Amino acid sequence: MNQSHDLFGMLAEFGDPHDLLEATQRAFAQGYRRMDAYSPFPIEGLAEALGYKKTGVAIWVLLGGLLGAVGGYFLQYYSMAVDYTFNIGNRPLNSWPMFIPISFELMVLSAAFCAVIAMLSLNRLPQPFHPLFYVPEFARVSTDRFFLCIQSADSQFDTEQTRDFLMRLNPICVTEVPQ
Amino acid sequence: MNQGINSQTDSEVSALGYPTLLVGGQESYESITQKIESLTFPEQHGKGWLLGFGVAFALVMILFLGVAYLFYWGVGVWGVNIPVAWGFAIVNFVWWIGIGHAGTLISAILLLMFQKWRNSINRLAEAMTLFAVACAGMFPLLHLGRPWLFYWLLPYPDTMGLWPQFRSPLVWDVFAVGTYFTVSLLFWYTGLIPDFATLRDRALKSWKQKLYGVLAWGWRGSAIHWKRYQTAYLLLAGLSTPLVVSVHSVVSFDFSVSILPGWHTTIFPPYFVAGAIYSGFSMVLTIIIPVRKIYHLENFITLRHLNNMGNVMLATGLIVAYGYLMETFFAWYSGEIFEQYLIVNRSLGPYGIFYWMLILFNIAIPQFLWVRRVRTHLLSLFLVALSVNFGMWLERFVIVIVSLHRDFLPSSWGMYFPSVNDWALLFGSIGLFIALIFLFIRFFPIISMFEMRELLAAKEEKS
Repeated sequence: MNQSHDLFGMLAEFGDPHDLLEATQRAFAQGYRRMDAYSPFPIEGLAEALGYKKTGVAIWVLLGGLLGAVGGYFLQYYSMAVDYTFNIGNRPLNSWPMFIPISFELMVLSAAFCAVIAMLSLNRLPQPFHPLFYVPEFARVSTDRFFLCIQSADSQFDTEQTRDFLMRLNPICVTEVPQ
Repeated sequence: MNQGINSQTDSEVSALGYPTLLVGGQESYESITQKIESLTFPEQHGKGWLLGFGVAFALVMILFLGVAYLFYWGVGVWGVNIPVAWGFAIVNFVWWIGIGHAGTLISAILLLMFQKWRNSINRLAEAMTLFAVACAGMFPLLHLGRPWLFYWLLPYPDTMGLWPQFRSPLVWDVFAVGTYFTVSLLFWYTGLIPDFATLRDRALKSWKQKLYGVLAWGWRGSAIHWKRYQTAYLLLAGLSTPLVVSVHSVVSFDFSVSILPGWHTTIFPPYFVAGAIYSGFSMVLTIIIPVRKIYHLENFITLRHLNNMGNVMLATGLIVAYGYLMETFFAWYSGEIFEQYLIVNRSLGPYGIFYWMLILFNIAIPQFLWVRRVRTHLLSLFLVALSVNFGMWLERFVIVIVSLHRDFLPSSWGMYFPSVNDWALLFGSIGLFIALIFLFIRFFPIISMFEMRELLAAKEEKS
């Protein structure tokens, strides 16, 4: 094992989404695990090819929605039926049908915030800097290029062997990413 | 203008409506990005942009003057009186909030239904939603009379020991409109993150790189990030969808929980929602047709998009027509003399001309949309959209003012005449809306770049 600590990883550049998908599948079959694929738009099946299955976003949205609905209802119940009662013709203080609209709105509001915050924090964003930004070609990831990066942290990573492996996948070029 | 429409709407769209021609011409990932980006980073400022923004900005100044005058003197400067205590402010509020709805509908509901044709219009429509809701939200605040006490509407533990009345639809409004604006903003910003990354990577000036770099939050297009992103985006769409229905239903409750003839109708929630989508789509068309022409976006916003939007307008317009019909029918069927008088007064009373203009602009003229040539001809479609914009404003005028000005007791009847300040705020808010649209075109990608690339990838997959 030739671990090189001055490298973040080895980056292969592709010009077509299919090439990237195929390269990722082959790298996974080869046994590489600490790697990531980068593309200018979402590609069906690419995350699965990296061995990644669950997003973990949905459960936070569910929890956020429940919290918003229950909290919204409690707010109205507490203020209208406990803290500031107002008896109009002896109608029930806990007039639940009238509390539904605000409970619903707060459910949506809280779930939406949870969706965005969960997405960003699980992705560890904002991340103003990442070693990949050292590579000038990587700027095209947001336009028309597709990248596969095998990280030096992978147990199988070896500067020479990994470069050879990536070269066999027909990339446009292979670049070393400094740490 | 009509060339190729038949091939675009018929033969090249598959039976399931899968888009084969949503990206026209010979585009590549690079050329799509470059074309959309060139609107944000133009080689030089267009004179037309400056002129258009200048006119809109002048209207914004009128708005500021009008608001300053209003705050100094109070709502007495409006034409409101007793019995017509709800004047232009409420008319404009309901009109603007309705315009916002098409944005969410295009973005969220069409996304959930995998209608790929939404992709090139959703960004502009979402921005339109935000700006329209901002214009809408302004009016209830101005209408408060003591606008500096607006926070009394929010629940907070205050020293007076008071809470807002949560059983009142007016308080529901605060929550509904506030939530709608916030969720629309989140949805819009989330959609923009990958495109900000594109602008960051392609900007030539350092300050632009930094600005868009901060806005992109370090987005680098990782496959796992995209996966989470798609889940979050889809869930946000699912959350905004019921909001479209709930917000305008709540707005309609403002009216329908009262016992005033003309307001106290169970058809109000669906009829208001359909009207909102109707006016929203007409506003999207009013904006998109000139923008498409000026910025040469024919390859992205194809005639098929315009045709589809024309169809949606036609359908929602018919629902609105059904609403009018049912109001009249139930006035007769209920046997209530006050309701019956309202219908007579609405069409033959002092404001009768507005009712007939409403029928003309909102119901009669849009029937031209049955003809495909009208839906796919730029000028005719634009004129129909303008007519609906105007008609929907008249509808809100008829509902608010005509219903209020004559209720149960002839001794309490009165008339309403808008003042100069009323008009200044109406046109000022239109100016604010247009100015924001101009700024948006200048500083943000008006078409979702990553979704257009995705469309192109799907197109290549097909061929």
